[in-house]
Amino acid sequence: MTYVKYLPLAKPKVGVSGKTGTWRTERPVYDPSKCVKCDLCWLYCPEGVIEIRASSERYISIDYDYCKGCGVCVSVCPTKALRMEPER
Amino acid sequence: MIKALTGNYAVAWAVRLSRVKVVAAYPITPQTTMVEKLAEFIDKGEMDAKMIRVDSEFSALAATWGAAASGVRSFTATSSHGLLYMHEMLWWVAGSRIPLVMAVATRTIGPPWNIWTDHSDIMDQRDTGWIIMMAEHNQEVLDTIIQLYRVTEDPRVFLPGIVGLDAFILTHTTEPVDVPEQYVVDSYLPERRQPYVMSIKEPITMGNIPSSLKDNMKMRWDIHTSMLRAKEVIEEADREWSKLTGRSYGGLIECYRCEDAKAYIVGMGAWVGDMREAVDMLRDEGYDFGLIKIRFIRPFPDDRIAKILGNSKLCLVFDRSVSAGSAGPLYLDLAANMYRLGIRTHIINVLAGLTGLDVRSDEIAYVSRKLYEMIERGEEVKGIVWYFGGDELWL
Repeated sequence: MTYVKYLPLAKPKVGVSGKTGTWRTERPVYDPSKCVKCDLCWLYCPEGVIEIRASSERYISIDYDYCKGCGVCVSVCPTKALRMEPER
Repeated sequence: MIKALTGNYAVAWAVRLSRVKVVAAYPITPQTTMVEKLAEFIDKGEMDAKMIRVDSEFSALAATWGAAASGVRSFTATSSHGLLYMHEMLWWVAGSRIPLVMAVATRTIGPPWNIWTDHSDIMDQRDTGWIIMMAEHNQEVLDTIIQLYRVTEDPRVFLPGIVGLDAFILTHTTEPVDVPEQYVVDSYLPERRQPYVMSIKEPITMGNIPSSLKDNMKMRWDIHTSMLRAKEVIEEADREWSKLTGRSYGGLIECYRCEDAKAYIVGMGAWVGDMREAVDMLRDEGYDFGLIKIRFIRPFPDDRIAKILGNSKLCLVFDRSVSAGSAGPLYLDLAANMYRLGIRTHIINVLAGLTGLDVRSDEIAYVSRKLYEMIERGEEVKGIVWYFGGDELWL
């Protein structure tokens, strides 16, 4: 683009604002024995820090470096396979 | 083919001929029939587009913008209160540099509740970074919508654009309009171009918190500079259209009987037609009046106007809206730019036709004659006068 030189664009990348996981006061904890693999936590997570690992015994993995502990995944989980625990 | 079309139907035909793919709009008087006609074209299969029904004007422009950002030609239309409700989104669209075109049925703003024409709504959008054009008649409406798709999608510009048409005077008045064949428009409009395409395949973020405020300010510089480049692009688009259709409007401004004129009437919108008649009357009486029709308020045709006003003794700027506590916005733009360009002439602001108050051609002639005589006699005239029709001129 030769004419328009300044555009308000950014490429997404992990951790551009530092490790936002430090903002957390509570963390979601996962119990694979209760998980029915419905993917709702993955779908609803506003930060995209839940990863599906279909071949693993632990069906989901949470990236605690960037999880802000909002608890949305816990709210949407139909089987209470996720619960919030205070950070220590 | 010559068709009998209202201004609103001329808009719809132009949008159809421009092969717009997405239309999103919320109904408001007097814009409604533009979108109704488009819905009819789509429903009949005459136009290959999607209509997105939305809950508000804010959503209408957001949806239109989303479609445009994803790479397709899009259109919306609104008026008055709807345009003001959209106002924030206008900044976002221009700031994102995503081209799209909107039609605005220019209508006054309440209170009191009023559906008639003035330019309060469109003049409120001057600072948003949109190209803004005002049409005089329905043929110009159709031609300029098509032209604006070409202008806005030009890499030298990449800004959104508005075509304004006066409420009812154009939107609901039927005129003969030459509707070009599809192949003519196809040969005129290139494939859509835009600075980037939003796609899930290659994610980008538009408009998040700037990492550098200098870069942020340079984005404003870039919009301004692109707007200045748009002047040439608009004139080029007018010339190319004229080669295909024989119709040219002069680009940014049009002059009428300016050749040996020493005094000028300046205006924009549908009442320019009445101003032509007023100039004819004044000429018949021996007054050396000419007319400058402002087609584009953004980019402002500063140097184009300066060339004409260089040897003038009087310039009457007719505004159909007012920035209360200052003056009419067209006058402010013109006076400031003439001063900057070294043009020293007597510039008077006539505030008339606000809130839809009808102004006839003989009334424009009356005001112009009266002010001309006063200046000739060396009487003091304030820079801003209010005209309410008849002989009610508040000096």
